[in-house]
This record gives sequence, C-alpha cells and structure tokens, in this order.
Amino acid sequence: MVTHGRFSTIVTKRDERIEVLRGTLDMLILRTLVIGPTHGHAIAKHIQQTTDDLLQVEHGSLYPALHRLEQKGLVASKWAMSNHRNRELRFYRLTAKGKRHLLRQESKWKQMTEAIARLMWPAAAAGSAE
Amino acid sequence: MARFPRRRDELERRLERELRDHVALEIEENGGNADAARRALGNRTLISEDTRAEWGGAWMESLLTDMRRAARRLRRAPGFGIVTVVTLALGIGASTAMFSTVGPVLLQALPYPDGDRVVVIADASGGAVAPVDVTFGTFREVVARSRSLQWGAVSRAWQPTLTGFGDAERLDGQSVSAAYFRVLGIRPALGRNFAETDDVPGAAPVAIIADGLWRRRFGADASLIGRTITLDGAPVMVIGIMPRTFENVWSPQARIWRPLRYDPSLPAQGREWGRHLQMVARVAPDTSLDAARQELASIAGASIPQFARPAQALLRDGFIVTLLQDRIAADAKATLRAVVAGTVLLLLITVVNVINLMLARSTERRRELATSAAFGASRAQLLRPLLAEGLLLATIGGALGVAFAYALVGAVVGFDGFALPRVEAIRVDRTALLVAGGLTASIGVVAGCLPGWFLTSRDDVTRSSPRIIAGHHRLRFAFVAAEVALAMVLLVGAGLLVRTIRQLLAVPPGFRPERVLTLQVQATGPRFRNAESVRQFFERVRVGVRSIPGVESVALTSQLPFSGDADVWGVGTKADVPPPPGVTPPEDEERYAHRYAVSASYIETMGIPLQRGRALQDRDRTGGQRVAVISASLARRRFVDGDPIGQQFRFGPTDNWFTIVGIVGDVRQSSLAVVSPAAFYVPEAQWQFADQTMWVVLRTTVEPETVEADVRDAIRSIDAGQPIFRVGTMEQRVSASMGRQRFVRAAFGTFALVALLLATIGIYGVLAGGVAERAREIALRAAVGASRARIIGSFGRQALDVAVAGIVVGGGVAVATSQVLASLLFEVSPLDGVTYGGVAVLLAIATTVGAVVPAWRAARIPPAVALQSQ
Repeated sequence: MVTHGRFSTIVTKRDERIEVLRGTLDMLILRTLVIGPTHGHAIAKHIQQTTDDLLQVEHGSLYPALHRLEQKGLVASKWAMSNHRNRELRFYRLTAKGKRHLLRQESKWKQMTEAIARLMWPAAAAGSAE
Repeated sequence: MARFPRRRDELERRLERELRDHVALEIEENGGNADAARRALGNRTLISEDTRAEWGGAWMESLLTDMRRAARRLRRAPGFGIVTVVTLALGIGASTAMFSTVGPVLLQALPYPDGDRVVVIADASGGAVAPVDVTFGTFREVVARSRSLQWGAVSRAWQPTLTGFGDAERLDGQSVSAAYFRVLGIRPALGRNFAETDDVPGAAPVAIIADGLWRRRFGADASLIGRTITLDGAPVMVIGIMPRTFENVWSPQARIWRPLRYDPSLPAQGREWGRHLQMVARVAPDTSLDAARQELASIAGASIPQFARPAQALLRDGFIVTLLQDRIAADAKATLRAVVAGTVLLLLITVVNVINLMLARSTERRRELATSAAFGASRAQLLRPLLAEGLLLATIGGALGVAFAYALVGAVVGFDGFALPRVEAIRVDRTALLVAGGLTASIGVVAGCLPGWFLTSRDDVTRSSPRIIAGHHRLRFAFVAAEVALAMVLLVGAGLLVRTIRQLLAVPPGFRPERVLTLQVQATGPRFRNAESVRQFFERVRVGVRSIPGVESVALTSQLPFSGDADVWGVGTKADVPPPPGVTPPEDEERYAHRYAVSASYIETMGIPLQRGRALQDRDRTGGQRVAVISASLARRRFVDGDPIGQQFRFGPTDNWFTIVGIVGDVRQSSLAVVSPAAFYVPEAQWQFADQTMWVVLRTTVEPETVEADVRDAIRSIDAGQPIFRVGTMEQRVSASMGRQRFVRAAFGTFALVALLLATIGIYGVLAGGVAERAREIALRAAVGASRARIIGSFGRQALDVAVAGIVVGGGVAVATSQVLASLLFEVSPLDGVTYGGVAVLLAIATTVGAVVPAWRAARIPPAVALQSQ
C-alpha cells in the first residue's frame, strides 16, 4: 500500500538494497582512495574490477556516495589535470578523518565476518584469518 | 579537509560535468559505444536526485518553490491576500513601534557605563515644595564622608542667553559640580572635562556644550574649543563638546553645562546652604545599592563637627536613594504600560484574524489537500504549501509593517504634549527590527500550520463530511468571538479615556483660555543690572505689543498657569503666631500660595472673574501703598475672620505687608485635574525685585498664531538681544496638560477602531463562508417552505451568539484588567457603566452590519440550487 509519496512498491525494495550497500560502498570507495587520489571513473573501474565477481554496482551510485563522503569530511575533492587522459577531472582524495573512518569500518567488517564464519563454519573458525 | 556545501549552482554544475566526463571516459574505454556507456552509468535523473539529497538544504529550496507557487495562487485571489497582508502590517507595525517607544524606558538600561550604579540622592526631611533638593553643604559632607560612593555631583537648572551668533537664544542648561560627567561616565568627545579648579569661586568661566548645539549654532567647528562665547552678556570659554550619542537623562533639554563655582568653605549665609541642588552619584564598583543606602543613613544620623549642619539641613530623616533609571520614567511608566497592553491586544487580534483567514482558505482548499493525501503525501508534505503561504503573507505583511512602524514612531515622537522619557533613544533600531522579524516568522509559521494542522489531524481529510465542516465552522466562530472580545477590551479602554478627557475639558480652568497667546521674554545682559531698567524694558514691551492690530489686551506676569511654573511662597498674616525662638516651624502645606507679579491688566486679559473688591490698576506702582489681589481659596483659608479686603499679608523673609484690595476666582495652576493651592497677585512694580523673565500674555481678536510674527518683530525692535521663547497659546498649554491621557486615547482609539473593523470583517467572513458552504441546505429549506425571514433570522442569531459571547468575555477581561488605566482616569471609574454599555451597543451594531450581507444573500438563494451537486 502507499506509504511514502514518491516511491512505489518496487522502489521500496530498492530502498532496502541501497541502504545495505551504502555503508559498504562508502568503505570500498575509501579503501580505493587509500592507494592515492583519483577521479570518479577510475574508482568505478577499480571497484568493478575488484568486485565484478561479487557485486554489480551501478557506476551512477558512486557519485551520490562521493558527494556524501565529501559532505561528511571523509574525502576532499578538486579539479585537476589527469596525466593519463589529458583532460581536467574531479579528483578525490582521502582525508585524515576519512582514514580513521575507514579503519573503524574495516575492523567492524572483520568482526562481523568473523562472527558469521564462526556461526557458519564452527570447525574452520579457529583457523580463519582475515 | 571538510568543506561546507557550496552554492547549489556550483554543485549542480560540478555534478553535471562529472557525469559527462564519466560517460566520455567510458566511451573511450569501450571504443565509442555511447549507449552502453550511459547504461553503465545508470539513470541520470535518479543519480542527480540522490546526489542532491546528499547536499542537504533541500527542504529550504522546496520551501522557496512552494512560496513561489503560493504567490501565484494568491495573485488569483488578491482579496484574501490584501486583507491578510494589511492586517498583519497593522499588528506587526504597531508592535514594533510600541517596542521602540517603550524599550528605552522599560527595558534598556541607561546609556551610561554601568548605568545601574548611578543613583539620585534626595534629602528626605519633609519639604512640601521639592523633596529632591539638597544643599551644597550636604553634598560636600556626603562626598567627603562616604566610602560607598565613587563619584558624587550636584546640579541645578541654568538658562543663559546666547548672543553673538545670530539671534539671541535662550539655552537650557545645567550648572553642575566638577564631577557631574564622571558620575554619568561619559567624557566630552572634544576638548576636556571640568576639573576641580574650574569649580571654585573666582575661576575663569568655562562651559561644555552638547553636540547638537555645536552643530546647529557653531557649524561643528572644532576650533570652538578654547574660544569664548557670550552668555548673559559675559564671555565664557568653551572647553569641551559632549559626544553625539550623549543622552543627559536627568535633564534631557540641557545643551550647555558650566561649573557651579560654589564656595567649598560653606559660608553660613551663602547660597551654599540653599536647598536647590539635585544630587546624583555613582556607587563604587564592589558596593551594593543597599550598602550605599545604609552608609548614607548612618552618615545622616551622625553629624560630625567638621561638617556643622544648620537648621534647614539637619538631615533628620536621612536620605532617599533611588536608581536614576527608576527616577526618569516614574510618571510616564503608567502611561507606557497602558499602551503596551493595548498593543498586545491589537497584536492578538491580528493574529486571530490571520489564523481565521488562513483557516477559511485551507477549508476551501481541502479538496486539493485531499487529492495530495490520496497520492500519498505525508502530513508534513501537506502542510508545506500552507506553511509557505503563511510565511509569504507574513513576510510581505512584516515588511509593510516595518514601514508602518517608522511612520508610527515619527508620529509618537512628534505627539504634542506628552513628554516621552528617553525620547532621543526612541527609534526603530536593530532590536526593534529583530522583534519585527521574530513576530513575522512566528505568525507566519503559526498561521500557516495551525489551520492545516486542524484539517489534517484526522485521516478523513479526503472526506468532506458535513460534520467535519461544521466542526471547522465552530472553530471559526470561536475565533471570531475571540476577536469581538478583544475588540471589546480595546473599545472599553478607548471609551474610558474619551470620557476622561471630556470630564477634564468640562473642568473650568478659572480663566478664559481661548485666543490667548503667551510667550516668555528675558531681560539679560549687563544693561539690566538694576530693577528700574528691567521694568522699563518690560513696560516698553507691553506698550509695543498693545499697539499691534488684532491685540485686544496685553499683560505681563511672572508666572503662568499650565506652563510648568511653580513659584510658591509661604504666606504670613497678622493673625499668625510667631514660633518660639530656636524652633523650626513645621512645614505646612496650607501656608503656601502661588506668587504672581503682574501688570495691572493681567486679571482682565486672562479673563479671571473678579469676585469682590477691585482689580489691580496702573496707579498701583512703586512707592504707593502695597496692594494685592488674592484668590478665593486663599481668602477662605487664611482670612476666615471678617472681610479679607483691607487685611494685610506678607510673604517671604521681608517685612513688606501687602493690603488686600480684591478677591478673584481660583485658577487651576498645573492641570485641570489638580485642585491647586491658593494664589495672590501683586503689581510687578511693587515687588521688591524685578523678575528678569516675564510672560507676555495677549488676548487677540483674531487667531493668536497670526499675530505671533508681529509680536516678535515688535519686541525685537525694542531690543534685538533679548530672547523670546516658549511661545504658545493657552489652549495649547491646557491641552498639553492632558498630554498623557490624550496620548493613550490616541493609541487606544486607533487600535480600537482597527479592532472593530477586523471583528466586523471577521463576522462577515465567517457568515459568508457559512452561506457558501450550506447553500444547498439553505436552498432545500427554502424549497420546503421556510420563509426568507426565518433564514435571515437564523443567520442573525448566529451573529448574535458570537456578539454576545464576545461582549461578555471581553467585558470580563476588561473588568479584570481595569486597573491598568486607573491612574489615567479622571472622575471616571474603570468600571464605568456608561462606557461598557455604549461599547456593547457599538459592537452589537457592528456585528449586525457584518451579518447583514451574508444573511441577505442567504435569503436570496433560489431553491433550484438544492438540485445542484456540491
């Protein structure tokens, strides 16, 4: 039935899906930027290549995420010349605050996956690293 | 580094560019397949919206959009918009103006550093005439002995004549002790402050002038410092100029100051022991007011040999210490509080009115709201357009109201006859604008949301059942009844004041004030050192003015009723028993009478009725028998045995006995409300001194203002160096004595009329709405046979219900708050039945007027309407 103004029944599910992905996507972006500052397309490509087997992430969902991270002060951006492409692109870099946030998220992820692994595969739990 | 979101345009452009770049890069990598690239990116619109959501502030932008839409809607229904905006402007404007007026007095501290440490110290020992005045000797003792006072100073009025820079002008000023400005805490902006060396007898005459005078008369010339100006014919050096923002609250008219130059050795017979100084002081930083009071009380109670006190300055009853900020507005506070009350009522009425209007409007729009709700809009989303409309109307109304406030403040400051305290600080300043802004915002939010809240408070906003409509209607009726009640309170207030002023005007002043022009002339300068020259000058003035066409009669007098003068003397008769030596006689109110040193024609010119005996005549002059005319009440009080005519009295310290030759009627001295003590009239030629300042009083056959220029010319042609000031007609002065009441009457009267208008419109609106809503029902009734009269009757009854409810509730509130106006009323009770009854009738008539048109329209609905669908 109608709950919110704009979204339809189908969209409700999309809401849930996006919610789950949002925190994870943030973390992936931050992790990508640890390597060094880069622009949105390169981040998309990197994540795609790294997670192509597991998650199909629309490139477009990157940009709201990048802007949100900038709002929160976890990344900073500016226009800069790309040495590969010979054009000016918006480059994002990790801030100190972002680095701290990434470390926190990383440790939370680790705790969560360890807990799940312990539940799923109790025998192998003791030996699982990472 | 975290950056705050930039302007939305920048962000929009950036996002656009990023997405374009992304697609371009994708195309490069995938070898030119544009479609695949775009698909990889995803839905651009959705991306943009999601990103925008991350920027925050979205609610602000949509509110602005809603306001634009609201503006478009309002343009289609301008009537509603105009009425609402005007109503808001009235309420917000009046409130802002009122806040600006009373703010300096009731809310702000004094414009001095640590202004709450400045106190006024008065001698409490009796003194029927002027309890605030102290002697110089007392001042010296207090300053020397007190530890709790950091600085102390005394002052008295000083009115020098300035010559040599244009017309001779009489200035208002103060003679002060050296520390006066230190007490206040404000230094001269140019030049220097008074020093102790300036304040001793024989010191070179110096003066400090106010910024306004410096600009007006001396062209803001900084080289004035160190130059001399001529005051009362003598050279005085200007040593300092006070800052432009300086407000001398203790004596707001003062524009020039000089040192007192009293003798600190306190000679026994000198003016140092005269009781004519006002004392102000600054309490030391770490001392409380109570500690200072206690210390002063102990000083008063314990006389020490270094400061011997003569009989008139024994300080037997100690001191009265009050904060300066409490003293300056004591009289006006009651008036101002009344005006505040009236303004609050007006504001309430405008708020109620606006809410009512918005309620009507949202009822009209409920179909639109229902549609939105069906599409899934949340309550917040439903309210937003209503809120936007409310804020838009409030903003326009607020802006208009601020403009209105400026005009009102101008009118208030220029109001003739009511001396506003701290008048120089009255203006629409930042704080007042903040108040206006706050009011605007809150009214906008409340008026916008409240009606919508009611409407959407149940799930059935989609249904328009008659029960719900009736519920809204009852609400609107309740609001209108509230308006009527508020209007009732304001009308009662205005009515009471109207009656008060009529009662005041019905009091005979004791003379005939119509067509009498008055002005003061001063004989100053070295030429007027002896009494003879002064008398000759005034005689020439009198003769000169007499010959002006249009002048019926002229007279001179040392004192004028209704001018603020209070020249009273103790009167002694032969029947008085002299007090035993060494005993100070107790102060006795009955002993005092107003002294009038007049020319022979005064009594006739003023139109004072002669009751017995004869008036003064030209033959009563210097050297002849001293005669006087007394007022009837003086005769009653002091000459009870036998005929007063022929008896003698004296006044003052001299032994001159005056013979009574006539009795005249009593004259009100200060105001129509106050019964004044007695008065006596002596020929000015027979008074031992010659008053250097005299009133010229002339009765004209034409309008008094028309001869003013001729009078000035005549006096100037006799001596151009003598100032002419305080020009006015007696009628103006009598009217000014009712200044407080007239001020509140003007305020309440205006508010009450507005309230009446709003209430009438309110009733009209709610009944007209009812007609529109229930057209079908009414048509049905008419079709079934109800007569027109019955339909009109039912509407009339509704209106009557509202009126009665409003009148009763409003009457109750008025009775409960009647004390607010009590101090302003004269021979009218705050519960005056005539006023209440009259106002009730007026409101009933207004209600009927408001109901007439809707009722008539209702009666004329054709029965065919019953067949139409809603």
